Order: sequence, then structure tokens, then C-alpha cells
Amino acid sequence: MKFGVVIFPGSNCDYDTYFVLRDILEQETVFLWHKDHDLKNVDCVVLPGGFSYGDYLRSGAIAKFSPLMQEVKEFASKGRLVLGICNGFQILMELDLLPGAMLRNKSLKFLCQFVTIKVENDKTPFTHKAKKGSVLRIPIAHYEGNYFAHPEIIQGLEANKQVVFRYSDAQGNINEEANVNGSLGNIAGITNREGNVMGMMPHPERASEILLGSQDGRVIFQSIIEYNS
Amino acid sequence: MRVRILVSYKDSVLDPQGQTVKNALHTLGYDFIKDVRQGKVFELDLEELSQEEIVKVIPEISDKVLANPIIEKFSWQIIDKS
Repeated sequence: MKFGVVIFPGSNCDYDTYFVLRDILEQETVFLWHKDHDLKNVDCVVLPGGFSYGDYLRSGAIAKFSPLMQEVKEFASKGRLVLGICNGFQILMELDLLPGAMLRNKSLKFLCQFVTIKVENDKTPFTHKAKKGSVLRIPIAHYEGNYFAHPEIIQGLEANKQVVFRYSDAQGNINEEANVNGSLGNIAGITNREGNVMGMMPHPERASEILLGSQDGRVIFQSIIEYNS
Repeated sequence: MRVRILVSYKDSVLDPQGQTVKNALHTLGYDFIKDVRQGKVFELDLEELSQEEIVKVIPEISDKVLANPIIEKFSWQIIDKS
């Protein structure tokens, strides 16, 4: 299958994501420049982590006006796959492709560390190769990852099983201690209602090789690849 | 003309930066301060617009760009008419 990794000025996980998709998972992968209008016939768009436009105004707020993002919006509306990682997740929320917003971490610290997340829904294109209830060890690196949405939105997310990952301890217990950034409901990743757009704060591309301490992130990319085949 | 727009978290949203500033002020002995909310200020230099245009366009850009309506609110005022 063919992946497209979007580059904004200030993206910094673009090449890591490209490397994992092309060299580790051996998929055709192209970069997509934010000023272009061409999605180059990809099967899945990945919005990588980083600091698009220096996080000016708000994280992801300027990126949403990029010409390519209008194409991504249309691509998503046709049910095609879009994955947003970290800053990519923030952009998807600014674009209204996913509900909610990110507040600063409750500790007011930039957090760069391994966390454990529990798979809450294994029926999505992004997680069907993982097992519901299993725990993935994947790093986070963000200052604004404290998920917030109004109570009726949260209720909708829960009712439609749109919460895909929650911060948990290593045994899979969801508690306040594991909730490193203060997210409502320990939410670490969600999909849209249709299930074809997913945003997650942890970085699966940084956990796709044992050399880097974990390869738990691979299952997300493998799920996408198998879903598409 | 010049318009000042103030964007801050909605009252229903916890503002950890404001809390931290409040705690710092309490440490200095200003314990009469009950709450602190932190926000952002934008000052826009505009061409002359009519009152109707201003009333329409400022909330529009605040809603669309300057504030994230999920977590933020805004207020605005004309600070210089010339």
C-alpha cells in the first residue's frame, strides 16, 4: 500500500515516520508537502508529530489552513484512512476531523517518556491486529496533550467506542496515577465516528524497533496495512 | 483603527497556568487574590470599517482563527478609532 507523510514547516517526526513505513514495514511511502494540493494517490495520510508553524497561536491552529489540509479533509470525508500522531492529532482536532481540544499538561511540564496505553477498541482499521485490553508501551513527547471535550462529547465518544487508547499502568489499570497529562477519561487516542480517522498522542513511530526500546507501535501500522490489503 | 481582542479559557476549563500564577502570588503574601485566569491579547490594525462591518468581522475571525471555541472565549474592544 502507499502511505503519505505530510510535512509542515516545523514537523520533526516526519522522517522517523517515513523511515518506519518505508524501511521497517517495507511499504511505498511518499512525503506530501503542505502547500501542495496533490495527495499522490496514497491509501493513508499520516500527519506526523512536531511543532507545525512553531505551535504559533495554538498547536495545529495554523496548519489547518494549509492547502493540502483541504484535500485531507475531503479524503477523510470519503472514508479514506488518516492517522494523526501527536501534533498531527492536534491538527485533526483543529480541522474538526476529530472532536475535542488539547490543554497544557496538568504538570505544566513537557513530558518526554515511555507510557503504557491500553487498547480499548480493537475493531478499528488502526488497531484490529492488537487485542482489546492489551497494553502497549509507546513514548509520548508533548506539552499540550491533556485531552479536553465537553461532557456530551465525551459521552458520545464512549457510547460509540471512539476511545481507542487510554493511559494505563503496565497491567492495564486505568487510574489517575497513569494519567500523565491529566486527560479526561485517560484518553490517549480516539477515532472519528466513522472510524477512518484516528488521532493519538503517543508516538508509534518511536516504538517500532527493538533497538529503540519497544516495537509495540508497529501493530498500528501493521493494522493499517492489513486493513488496506 | 485598532481593535484589541482578549482570548482566554472558558470558565469551565481548568487553567493550570493561571493556577500556578495564583500560587506564586500567594507565596508572596498576596492571599487576597482569589483566582487568576491567563489569556492572550491580539491587537489588530485595521482599515476604516463601518460599525456594522466591525461587529460582524471581529467575532468571525475570533471564532474561526484566534480562539478555539471548544476551550476558549473572547471579548473585544476598539481601542483607537483613528
